[in-house]
Amino acid sequence: MKKVGNHNSFSRILLFCLAFSLSFSITSYAQDAAAPAATAPADAAAAAPAEGAGDPVKGKELFNTLCAACHKLDAKSTGPALRGVADRHARTWLYSWVKNSSEMIKAGDPAAVKLFAENNKSVMTPFPQLSHGDIDNILAYTSAPAPVVEKPAGAAAAGETSKTGVSNDLVLFALVLVLAVLIIMLVLVTRTLKRVSAANGVEVVSKDSSVSLWRAYAKNQFLVFVTVILLMLSSSYFLYGYLMQIGVDQGYEPIQPIHFSHKIHAGDNGIDCKYCHSSARVSKTSGIPSLNVCMNCHKNVSEFQGDKDSTYVDHSKEFYSGEIKKLYDAVGWDAAAQKYTGKQKPVKWVRVHNLPDFVYFNHSQHVSVAGVECQTCHGPVETMEVMRQHSPLTMGWCINCHRETDVKVEGNDYYKKIHDELAKKYGVQKLTAANMGGTECGKCHY
Amino acid sequence: MASNKKYWQSVEELNENSSIVETLRNNEFVEQIPTDEFLGDKEALASSSTSRRDFLKYVGFSTAAASLAACEGPVIKSIPYVIQPEEIVPGVADYYATTMNDGFDFANIVIKTREGRPIKVENNVLAGAKIAANARVHASVLSLYDSMRLKEPLISGKPASWEDVDAKVKDGLSKAAAGAGSVVVLTGTTASPSTDKLIAEFGTKYPGFKHVVYDAVSSSEALDAFQAVYGERALADYDFGKADVILSVGADFLGDWQGGGFDTGYSAGRIPKQGKMSKHIQIEANMSLAGSNADKRIPLTVTEQKYALVTIYNVITGASVSVPKFANAAYGEAVMAAAKQVKAAGARGVVVSGLDDVNAQLLVLAINNTLQSQAFNPGAARLTRKGDAKAVAQLVSDMKAGKVHALIMSGVNPVYTLPNSTDFAEGLKKVKLSVSFSLKEDETASLTTVAAAAPHYLEAWGDVSVAKGYYGIMQPTIRPLFKTKQFQDALLAWAGNGLAYYDYLRAVAATSANGKSWTQLVHDGVHVSEVLPAASASAADYSGAASKLAAAKPAAGLELVLYTKVGMGDGQQANNPWLQEFPDPITRVSWDNYATVSKFDAEKLDLENYNVANGGLNGSYVTIEVNGKKLENVPVIIQPGQARGTVGLALGYGRKAAMKKEMIVGVNAYTLYNNLNSFQSAKLTKTAGDHEFACVQLQKTLMGRGDIIKETVLKDFNTKDASEWNIMPVVSLDHKEVPAASVDLWESFDRTTGHHFNLSIDLNACTGCGACVIACHAENNVPVVGKSEIRRSRDMHWLRIDRYYSSEETFAGDVTRKEGASGLFDSVSTFNAMEDPSENPQVAFQPVMCQHCNHAPCETVCPVAATSHGRQGQNQMAYNRCVGTRYCANNCPYKVRRFNWFLYNKNSEFDYHMNDDLGRMVLNPDVNVRSRGVMEKCSFCIQGTQAVILKAKREGRVVAKGEFHNAAACSAACSSGAMVFGDVNEKEDPIVALKEDERAYHLLSQIGTQPNVFYHVKVRNT
Repeated sequence: MKKVGNHNSFSRILLFCLAFSLSFSITSYAQDAAAPAATAPADAAAAAPAEGAGDPVKGKELFNTLCAACHKLDAKSTGPALRGVADRHARTWLYSWVKNSSEMIKAGDPAAVKLFAENNKSVMTPFPQLSHGDIDNILAYTSAPAPVVEKPAGAAAAGETSKTGVSNDLVLFALVLVLAVLIIMLVLVTRTLKRVSAANGVEVVSKDSSVSLWRAYAKNQFLVFVTVILLMLSSSYFLYGYLMQIGVDQGYEPIQPIHFSHKIHAGDNGIDCKYCHSSARVSKTSGIPSLNVCMNCHKNVSEFQGDKDSTYVDHSKEFYSGEIKKLYDAVGWDAAAQKYTGKQKPVKWVRVHNLPDFVYFNHSQHVSVAGVECQTCHGPVETMEVMRQHSPLTMGWCINCHRETDVKVEGNDYYKKIHDELAKKYGVQKLTAANMGGTECGKCHY
Repeated sequence: MASNKKYWQSVEELNENSSIVETLRNNEFVEQIPTDEFLGDKEALASSSTSRRDFLKYVGFSTAAASLAACEGPVIKSIPYVIQPEEIVPGVADYYATTMNDGFDFANIVIKTREGRPIKVENNVLAGAKIAANARVHASVLSLYDSMRLKEPLISGKPASWEDVDAKVKDGLSKAAAGAGSVVVLTGTTASPSTDKLIAEFGTKYPGFKHVVYDAVSSSEALDAFQAVYGERALADYDFGKADVILSVGADFLGDWQGGGFDTGYSAGRIPKQGKMSKHIQIEANMSLAGSNADKRIPLTVTEQKYALVTIYNVITGASVSVPKFANAAYGEAVMAAAKQVKAAGARGVVVSGLDDVNAQLLVLAINNTLQSQAFNPGAARLTRKGDAKAVAQLVSDMKAGKVHALIMSGVNPVYTLPNSTDFAEGLKKVKLSVSFSLKEDETASLTTVAAAAPHYLEAWGDVSVAKGYYGIMQPTIRPLFKTKQFQDALLAWAGNGLAYYDYLRAVAATSANGKSWTQLVHDGVHVSEVLPAASASAADYSGAASKLAAAKPAAGLELVLYTKVGMGDGQQANNPWLQEFPDPITRVSWDNYATVSKFDAEKLDLENYNVANGGLNGSYVTIEVNGKKLENVPVIIQPGQARGTVGLALGYGRKAAMKKEMIVGVNAYTLYNNLNSFQSAKLTKTAGDHEFACVQLQKTLMGRGDIIKETVLKDFNTKDASEWNIMPVVSLDHKEVPAASVDLWESFDRTTGHHFNLSIDLNACTGCGACVIACHAENNVPVVGKSEIRRSRDMHWLRIDRYYSSEETFAGDVTRKEGASGLFDSVSTFNAMEDPSENPQVAFQPVMCQHCNHAPCETVCPVAATSHGRQGQNQMAYNRCVGTRYCANNCPYKVRRFNWFLYNKNSEFDYHMNDDLGRMVLNPDVNVRSRGVMEKCSFCIQGTQAVILKAKREGRVVAKGEFHNAAACSAACSSGAMVFGDVNEKEDPIVALKEDERAYHLLSQIGTQPNVFYHVKVRNT
């Protein structure tokens, strides 16, 4: 497990200074980011000639609100991929299909029955509210050609980088050479000077002063004593710091079997923490969500849908989609057939927040009763690409919060009586958790 | 000053030419030091290249490596469900109502599960729940996780699949149907309407089919008598709460008599209400749980018990059958007096008997019918015993004669439990197809063709009718752990019935539990008919029975009375470490069975019990001989109250097959259980050697300290002021006598706001059954330490039930005697004498756990403040803070703190459930498992009170009245109502009235600890 000290270590500052100064001696290897080359599909659609009467921009809007839950343009989802659907079926057939598909199936339309069978017999929601114009718009959007993804000119960039690298090396080499020449010159000059002085009979005075200073210091018992005390104090300071960080894993950021980004889920998509960690409301554990919870959304979201903008430089779209594939593997979901295979492989997550066995912590007490935000202890999870332990989770940290936080008594009948009594007794309106006995040993240790 | 004295080390030194002295002088050690053992063989040692230097290097390196490794935290993996079941929320307990039925124990219970693992048994309190859980039922959850269980079916000892088993059995059965021989199904008491129906249907195919019911511990004679009178093979039910005078002749109805479960009614009648409580007279040979609770106990031999019963019959029915004289005339008068009291009580009197004699059981029915006893209820007849001793004997002879082709057994282990087990084993060889459904590869299953792995009752479906009109459902609370198959499922398959037992059961339940939907039935677990059936008695030859009984001749030698111990029952759960470590309520001995003899007989036979230096109890060995059959090396306990001329011995011990090494203890008394009769004539001879017992209580008497267990008699309780029989100690303050509780060294905390927990223990209602001890064990992850540690007084029970005998006839007599002693020498001799219990003493039980003193002596001496006081009244123990000085235990006046001398989990030296993965599944995840070197003790189940509070907080309401009662494991388990747990700051809580009751007192209140546990003065109805 990664260890991070929780106090400012002097040695660390020193190390940092060294690293900082060293960083000046190396020229940057940074490569210029390839210019975003992907063209937005909407632009492509807009550029496409308007065939029929449809407006692809309006169509996109409609598609995203009505169809996207079950259909994708280029991949099979609950329903088939819709790109080019206008070429596969007659327009009038499509009108009646969209408005009420089940009737067509009942009526025994061969194409409709075949389609129904191909898609696991899942019934498509009828959309009688859509006009022919609306459907035309959607079809216009789906008929737009797939965007061509341009490969970034990586090779050229790499070549450039290597050129800069060579030039850096050359500069370094030159510097080393100059230094070496300087040193040799200095040695030669001293030797010459010595020879000259020997020839002139000048006596070179040996340096005694430094040795005498050391002796003086060694003789001064007081100074020695003070130094020893200082040394002892400083070493015990470091020792204390070292010992105190044992078992404290603040900043622990293990690599998980599936790269799950809280930033994408809780941050960008704004999913409530308790949607997935639902047992935090009622249980002592917040619960690592079972994979069926993931599949509530990921049944449809089979690949990374976010735009590849600057916030995702760490990982590519393919990387994230690959992680979703890992989820499918684990839960046994066949994305092509849209079926569960029944072959499950439980995911072995690495536990980030570890309390010792002798501590009893209950999430529901804090989340449901006290109304504490998850972020109060877990930090800005919605910005974390990789989950890490934000708080030290030490007893001092717990106790501090219990001493400072007022109990949320409003609207809870449990606290009403006890609060009234205590308020009368002590003449205060606010009560901290510690006032209620929240710092007693037995409340957490049993 | 110099001295010429010569000190002898032994008398041998007096003898100048003694060779021993010479040897000792030359050799420092008496025995050769076993150097070879640790140096191993010389050659290997010589060829070893490890020098001393190297050794030190290794030590240094490993120490450094270990300390470095300790600084690095482990990587902990968490594996969530792939598909989470709807009803499971990790960290939240689920409860399932079910019914325990293993053929011996029956109980309507609720199972607490965590993440799908059953971890604790609790009582079902819905209407229709008849039998509450006893200690063994509470412990049965651990038997589920027994690592020695049969994990798959075996054919001739080799693992097989269920398909193979089905094929083999069907083949055998078809041969039987073709006339190769009869088919017999041998089961214990099923008490299951669906199973009985199923077996009957199964049998129709086979000519000469028989269903033999066999109880390891038989009530066959009582069943015969009931059948003769009421025409049905069942047992009368009793509600002792409806009786004013209870007279028991040899029936331990607070123990396992006829299936148990009578203590709830009994205790209800024992709490004095409006100046009235029931009177209980016990006539018996062994000191039983019922006898120890009796107001008057008359120790008689079994033969004299028979005379006593005839006497009672004479008095109550007015008959005049002549009865031989009693050996002790005083006891004869006492029996006569008791009989008259029952007669005077009329319909409010009841007589029960545990004598294994049809005539005796007939008389009991006659007496209760004459009395028209309200407590006697033959209508709601009990179905908890159904075994037929004669049919079993017939079966054994049929088997030996080769008449039985196929024998299918379920839930029985006759090779271990039958007295003629060798005959049975011999007969088994002649049976072509024998199948044994068993949890383990036990003595029987290892001899049968097929050892069919059966599921534990917590993994199985079923229905249980403990009495007519009562119907309970058994439902699985966990998926089967192993490749097991239920007996009923297999039987359905072999009968060619396409149904699964679950569907079969539903169909039966639909008729048995009329008016309750299946879902509701499974939810409640119980169903009771609105109108309970009545029974009509037919005439029987009662006077003939009485004269036969009166003609009984005393046994030639000693009378051996076999009984079952509260902790072990019939021995099915012998591999359960909780039960092995459970101290017997009477003798306080764990890990053993033993012959109990009276002091009188012990002196005659030169038997002794004595304590050795480390406090351990030692006892002599005897050989018991019954009908020429010898049981050797039976340890002896000298039992106060044991009737002269009788010997007691517990069944259920001495099992060897499929047991962990540590659990193989005791002797198998079933070998002496001839004709399945608990009464045998025996001869005892002393053999050499001493047995080492693991006894947790050395002090037998109370030494006249009436303030520890305060007790009074009903007359005084009714007529005198409480200050006379519940004397509150006083101390002198400013030369004035003031109540001890009002003087304080400490400043008091303010406990008027919030919760303040108290536990009330009514010494009148407590029967000493020990269900609380096991419940506490299960709830709090209390470790099992094993026999040798118990012997060193290192038991870990957080809750103990102290048992005290009186030294005189009564405890009141003890006090008088103590106070009568004057002068130093008289006092010394008096106190010495008072250490010995009387030959027929009074007995008192007192459950003691941490008293949660408001002014706790332990808290003030802890150097690291590991134990501290909570404002809710709990004395808290922070294990992670404890450094193990044990000051607290030394300063505790109640001796309730327990020290972890060793690491008891994951330690092969303590090979009990905490040492294997399966056994650890029973651990309560809400309670810490303690490590070596820390102190532990009762926490007032703080995890339970916290859970109740949190639930109320989350639901935004105040804690409901009495909601805390079930938070503590002991009070929740107490079916006799002796323990009540609650919040004294809540006016509505029942505990407030109990605390203000004039019977309430604190243990050792004179030392000013102000405990949060209080007791209620014991009232005896003498």
